[in-house]
Amino acid sequence: MNALVVESLSKNFGGLTAVQGLSFELHEREILSLIGPNGAGKTTVFNCLTGFLPLDSGDVRLGDRSLKRLRPHEICRLGMVRTFQIVRPFLNISVLDNVLVGAMLRERSLARARAKALEVVEFVGLGRFSNALAAVLPLPLRKRLELAKAIATRPRVLLLDEVMAGLNPTEVDELIQLIRAVNQEGISVLLIEHVMRGVIALSQRVIAINYGQKIAEGRPEEIVKNPAVIEAYLGREFLESQG
Amino acid sequence: MSLRVSGIDVFYGDLQALSGVTLEVKKEEVVSVIGSNGAGKSTTLKCISGLLKPRRGRISFEGRDITHSPPSKIVGMGVSHVPEGRQLFPNMTVRENLEMGAQFPRVKALRRQTLGQVFDFFPRLEERLNQKAGTLSGGEQQMLAIGRGLMSRPTLLMLDEPSLGLSPMLVSLIFRIIREINRAGTMILLVEQNVFHALDICTRAYVLENGSAVMEGNGQQMLQNGFIRKAYLGI
Repeated sequence: MNALVVESLSKNFGGLTAVQGLSFELHEREILSLIGPNGAGKTTVFNCLTGFLPLDSGDVRLGDRSLKRLRPHEICRLGMVRTFQIVRPFLNISVLDNVLVGAMLRERSLARARAKALEVVEFVGLGRFSNALAAVLPLPLRKRLELAKAIATRPRVLLLDEVMAGLNPTEVDELIQLIRAVNQEGISVLLIEHVMRGVIALSQRVIAINYGQKIAEGRPEEIVKNPAVIEAYLGREFLESQG
Repeated sequence: MSLRVSGIDVFYGDLQALSGVTLEVKKEEVVSVIGSNGAGKSTTLKCISGLLKPRRGRISFEGRDITHSPPSKIVGMGVSHVPEGRQLFPNMTVRENLEMGAQFPRVKALRRQTLGQVFDFFPRLEERLNQKAGTLSGGEQQMLAIGRGLMSRPTLLMLDEPSLGLSPMLVSLIFRIIREINRAGTMILLVEQNVFHALDICTRAYVLENGSAVMEGNGQQMLQNGFIRKAYLGI
């Protein structure tokens, strides 16, 4: 069963081809990672999947529904939501209220939405900060808040754009646990990530892209040994730099 | 020729960010500062470059007290700060961004020569010279940020998370170039979440926890240290 199907997706910016005929599927309850050099088109793929950018050609289907020409909020309502590379919480409202914004998508009653938001805040481990202003959270906790805002919309598919950037290895490990827990709730996850520690620990499959095209696909342990991926992305020093 | 930070306390309003931080960078050294998010690493760099003022303690560079000097004067003395998140001027070209790094008469006169040195480290910047900074890839932007930092011909280059958001291959490249910059005669003070690379490249390292330096040592020894491996390398 596929949660998400991407078919021959292409996107140009003026004369520049950012994504070229990219196809892949995200299976139901899977964690799939998208890796590739800076500028390879990963974030453009996310922008196209979630309606932030129109596709030039190809199709994106969530379940059996085509998302082509839908707006981000409509796609979110259908059950696919994303986080952003640079965390953007509402700094001057509480952690709980930040999450409430997401929860209001499914709940008309404020009381019920607040109860749901509180549940999510507890789930991501921010319970003791629920009344604190988002501004006071250090980066690892802001990343959790970003996840909480997204989960509160009750997605079937969650897209995470570099959630592990800026965290040290121990902080990365804590976030890995959380993403695993989210996945166990039945949410399929598509990750864009440079932190290979996270990619290897979490993904069932990895897709590597370069110049907007797929260059490899496979299990993480296969991908890190793939010559094309080493050449374009990991570099020869990668394996020895894993500590 | 060295940097000496002695027992600085720093506050954001009522919140104490650093308490009694002492560290040193000596001639020819690469010194790394590691620690969790919020431990005070960036704050320490901001104090050294004069963007923040400590409430207590003293900072000296090449024997001169810079604790209360303005950032402009500290840059002029040879301390350059490459901030986290690059902070480029996105609508200016690569060349214009680089030139912004060389605004003092002393370094302005040497601009052409310094540009050549920056291109030796980062040939890619020369290829992109007339492109707007905002259109560069993440890796190129980081190169530009470091390049701009070099334009003031620093004797101490401070780098705040140069590997942030970069592919594994670019991370290796950036660290290789940091090493080259050091070998060409510039002291480096490095703040990094990529603990493995930060310890691997450095002469010495400090560990900051909750605003205090709790550990200091040789980089290679720290890589083997049980506490560091568990708490910061996740091994």
